[in-house]
Amino acid sequence: MQRLSCIFWLGLKEMMSLRRDWVMMALLVWSFTLAPMMEATGVATSVNNASIAFSDEDNSPLSRALATAFFPPEFQPVVQIEPGSGPAQMDAGEFIFIVVVPPGFEKDLRARRKPEIQVLIDATAMEQAGIGASYITNILGAEIRRFAIGVDLVDPPLVDVILRSAFNPNRDTVRFAGIVALIGQIMWLTTILTGAAMIREREHGTIEHLLAMPLTPFDIAAAKIWANAAIVLIAASLSLTFVMQGALGIEISGSKGLFLFGTALFLFTATALGVFLATIARSMAQFALLVMLIVLPMLMLSGGETPVEGQPDWLQVGTLLLPSRHYMAASQAIVFKGAGLETVWPEFIWMALLGAVLLATSLVLFRRSVE
Amino acid sequence: MTPEADIEIRITGVTHRYRSNVALESILLDLPKGQLVGFIGPDGVGKSTLLGLITGAKKLQTGSISVLGGSIDDAAHRRLICPAIAFMPQGLGRNLYSELSVRENLEFFSGLFGQGQEECDIRTNALLSATGLAPFEDRLMGKLSGGMKQKLGLCCALIHDPKLLVLDEPTTGVDPLSRRQFWALINAIRAEHPRLSVLVSTAYMEEAESFDQIVAMDGGHVIFQGKPAELKGQDRDLETAYRRLRAHDGFRLVSDQAPVRQINPNPVISARGLTRRFGDFTAVDNVDFSIHRGEIFGFLGSNGCGKSTTMKMLTGLLPVSSGEALLFGNPVDARDRRMRRDIGYMSQAFSLYGELSVHQNLQLHARIFAIPDREERIAELTERFGLAAHRDTLAAALPLGIKQRLSLAVAVIHRPRVLILDEPTSGVDPEARDVFWALLVELSHKDLVTIFVSTHFMAEAERCDRVSFMHAGRVLAEGTPADLIAAEGTGSLEEAFISVLETAEKPAPVVAPKVDFATKTKVTGQGIGRALTYTRREAVEVVRDPVRLAFAFLGSAILMLVFCFGISLDIEDLEFAVLDLSQSPESRAYTEEISGSPYFKQTPPLISATEGRRRLQAGDVSMVIELPPDFGRKQRTGEPTQVLATVDGAIPFKGETVEGYVAGLHQSFLDGQSRTKGEHAVEIARIEPRFRYNQSFESIAAMAPAMPAILLIMLPAVLAAVSVARERELGSVVNFYVTPTTRLEFLIGKQIPYIMIAYVNFLLLAAMIIFVFDVPLKGDPLPLALGAFLYVWATTSYGLLIATMTSSQVAATFATAIASVVPTIQFSGLLQPVSTLEDGAQLIGSLWPSSYFLHLNVGAFTKGLGWEALAPDILALACFGPALTLIAALCLRAQEK
Repeated sequence: MQRLSCIFWLGLKEMMSLRRDWVMMALLVWSFTLAPMMEATGVATSVNNASIAFSDEDNSPLSRALATAFFPPEFQPVVQIEPGSGPAQMDAGEFIFIVVVPPGFEKDLRARRKPEIQVLIDATAMEQAGIGASYITNILGAEIRRFAIGVDLVDPPLVDVILRSAFNPNRDTVRFAGIVALIGQIMWLTTILTGAAMIREREHGTIEHLLAMPLTPFDIAAAKIWANAAIVLIAASLSLTFVMQGALGIEISGSKGLFLFGTALFLFTATALGVFLATIARSMAQFALLVMLIVLPMLMLSGGETPVEGQPDWLQVGTLLLPSRHYMAASQAIVFKGAGLETVWPEFIWMALLGAVLLATSLVLFRRSVE
Repeated sequence: MTPEADIEIRITGVTHRYRSNVALESILLDLPKGQLVGFIGPDGVGKSTLLGLITGAKKLQTGSISVLGGSIDDAAHRRLICPAIAFMPQGLGRNLYSELSVRENLEFFSGLFGQGQEECDIRTNALLSATGLAPFEDRLMGKLSGGMKQKLGLCCALIHDPKLLVLDEPTTGVDPLSRRQFWALINAIRAEHPRLSVLVSTAYMEEAESFDQIVAMDGGHVIFQGKPAELKGQDRDLETAYRRLRAHDGFRLVSDQAPVRQINPNPVISARGLTRRFGDFTAVDNVDFSIHRGEIFGFLGSNGCGKSTTMKMLTGLLPVSSGEALLFGNPVDARDRRMRRDIGYMSQAFSLYGELSVHQNLQLHARIFAIPDREERIAELTERFGLAAHRDTLAAALPLGIKQRLSLAVAVIHRPRVLILDEPTSGVDPEARDVFWALLVELSHKDLVTIFVSTHFMAEAERCDRVSFMHAGRVLAEGTPADLIAAEGTGSLEEAFISVLETAEKPAPVVAPKVDFATKTKVTGQGIGRALTYTRREAVEVVRDPVRLAFAFLGSAILMLVFCFGISLDIEDLEFAVLDLSQSPESRAYTEEISGSPYFKQTPPLISATEGRRRLQAGDVSMVIELPPDFGRKQRTGEPTQVLATVDGAIPFKGETVEGYVAGLHQSFLDGQSRTKGEHAVEIARIEPRFRYNQSFESIAAMAPAMPAILLIMLPAVLAAVSVARERELGSVVNFYVTPTTRLEFLIGKQIPYIMIAYVNFLLLAAMIIFVFDVPLKGDPLPLALGAFLYVWATTSYGLLIATMTSSQVAATFATAIASVVPTIQFSGLLQPVSTLEDGAQLIGSLWPSSYFLHLNVGAFTKGLGWEALAPDILALACFGPALTLIAALCLRAQEK
């Protein structure tokens, strides 16, 4: 009982200290307001505002109709370029897509000679190139087919496919990017805050002061863990309400409470990571460098930035050991798909287990480092 | 009055403020040539500020200071005279480099003053042998004892033969013998160079008796200037005289009980053969003593002699290597919480929470000890320790003397029977020290608290019941002050200590360094020489710091692997499920079309639409295909029908990729169907996508060459920023302030090692792209190599620029990381090609070096471009480095605020 009370009061001290540390406060505010907003609205991962040019050597009604089939926001207005100048302009990075319509395209089509349209794609534009290519092929194909049906070249197809985008009917990217950004910030901030609090205590010599009192290393670490986890949890729920739902207008399909519960589970892992890194770093500067080397890969491999299916098979197995991957999966299921506890419980169990292991390890290491 | 011609320094109307705190107020002072002038007073009276202003390390706010015939505020004059000034700042070895050896430190300072190798060697050798440091010339500065650090600091200050030597508290925390030797050395040097003026500040008033002149300061004012004898007048010593001049702070302790001596045969604290080793270094060597109830036992010794280590062993903070430490007859056990309730511990320096108020600090500790009468106890201590007036002040904002009283109040809040105090009064003014000691005496006599206190002030040691002299881990002598003085046959405790020290360790004889001045040669290209001096030092430091080194070389390689393996956008083997309500050959053919492709992998079929929804939600499948009941029949009769494909759109990129796959497979199903029916070509025209630069469209070929653009800005910028912020945080930046180094020399000198590290990183990344990720370099390597050099120049300059605007290493690291990664991801075309950005974003992108390097690297690797196509990028990159370095130099402060 007395120990719990000590841990409680030490944790409260932690919060009062943070309030006066303006560097950390600035980082906290930035991380939960502007940073996720910029990330959410800044980069569109799907085809957006793509640059496209037409090298129209046919100049027929059909080829002109093809050029009018591309609309914003996916595409910029089509630019007509001189035949043959395409590759050079693509080298200079002016266009990602160039559609080359050969001479006599419409005539050959009517004569059933199967003419060919080429679509040049800048394959170095990774995220845009793949999706954009299938967009353009589909748009051109549909346009040509409509023309062909109109002039009785072919019959309408018998089977049609209706594509429905579940959970995200408008293919909105802001919601996804916003939540992923928030999760990333939660991870960064928790690790940094907890670790920095540990190191500050050591650099100011107050840790010895604490250890000379009836406190154990466990009490000291536990106080830091609960206090910083609570700070981040509060900041994250405020950010969820006011920045995500408020400013960005993001709709949360599932239960906010369940998401925050998952976050709380994850925070044990992240705070434990902070304690761990603070134990091995000799100074605040070393800690800052270590955080960048450890947290960035954990985030990149969590499945938020790119789908887990894109990782090599061996890595997909390996990343199962990353709590961040389970947190990301559970959060996406709750926020985007409205999943409940009956769906996400396996991820929660994973997080709890991994968090417990990491926490136990870092507490043992911390204890060893101060003794 | 000093004749006009003999005035070296004239200070008129100088006032200096730190935010709202006035450190100096309207100082008016003339200082003579060729004399030893001492500034005396406790911490925080403005001594350091004044010395910093005189040397030009701090920027003058108001008033004027004329040094060596010109205003120190005039940058041109400062550059002219700074080779004639040497400044040794406060804090032992604060301007030295702990990762460098003794000789390397001296060579660094020699390089800053443009000395050639020959001159440097002669001077270094002379100084090292005169100070007795020669045998330790290869030892790292961080591993030296306090006395040796002090000597090295002096050597570094004397390396360029200055006319004005400014020493800020050179003897604080050094044992009395080293202190005595230090003054002997200074006197020998002055005898050798009679024109040398020396300004020195000290908190030990007794040292000042031998100075030519003293300036006594208090609260930012000069309260006396003149010969020591004039100040002393009728008083017993300078300290008494100083106190007489000062205003009192009001808080007086009334209780002055007569000592009650009851020596109890059972000691409260005892140490038997106590020893502590750190690796092969023995910090405490076979120490014995015992302390009795109600006794004040003093530990006297220099910094680093093992006092703190001994105390930590007694509190259980450090385990003993051998021997035993007993408290109330029981061995000290770190796990015994009850034992800790008997101890009050006040560690060296102020170790309370500066960001909490006085009352909050007391509350926190009272709660940790679960004191039942919490409020009453706090009220009592607040009253008794004179803290009532400061109840709600933040502890960090308290004057030092009151901080110490607060520390003591916190240490006794749980009414411990033993109090262990590690240098509780260093830096505190004499009155505050008196008050503090009165409290200790009261605790000892009234509450019978046993007090174990360490100090390096002789005056304090004299107040102890018994003292023990400690040096280099051993106790040299122990007894009551009177006994010790008598045993050594000396006049004071200090002399007794020195006599004991001399017996234990024969001191080196003091001689002034003899330097053959004829060797002094002017070296041409001084600016470059100074920059390279910084380069050499920075490189040695990085090489000796394993974490920074690992970060520099492994960081980019690790992140490259993670990014390239982790951010692959080639998605295959996506799981899908079918709700086949038709169960006909046609519907099975449709399913096979999809499951037969490499993109999809079928999972057990669904029995209901609800189940499909559930599996999508759980993320088990990425797509659900629903074939209607009449799918087969309508196919056979040639009626139009529909297939419903529900795609998990939660991750937009993945969803759209899946939709693209499905649309393509659907079309190929239609084509195949018409072929089997023998219908006339459904395919009326072909649309042929041609992926340029990367025919097989593997994401690695695009991803790998793009990664260096972000890795080569983030890591080098952070490293460069940390190097500048670190110098500022550790205090060695003062060497840049007071030596002839210009801002550009300082920045470029520090930048060069990081440009080299970053360039090696570039080569490493390029090799990884080619050999690990199998992406061939199709274009010309030469423009790429040149462009990469220009890029890392630009990115390290960017780090320097950010560092000039931040105050701590942590702030520099995070600010640089955010400020380099965010624009690179948003505006350089890393994820979104520049041509698809909005106009404003494109403009920012065009002002950001990563945009050009990304284009250059991807162009050279994947697009196979050569000089002609890459020249615009190279030209653009060539502008960023020099421009950013110049801006950083403009933003860098050449003096402290």
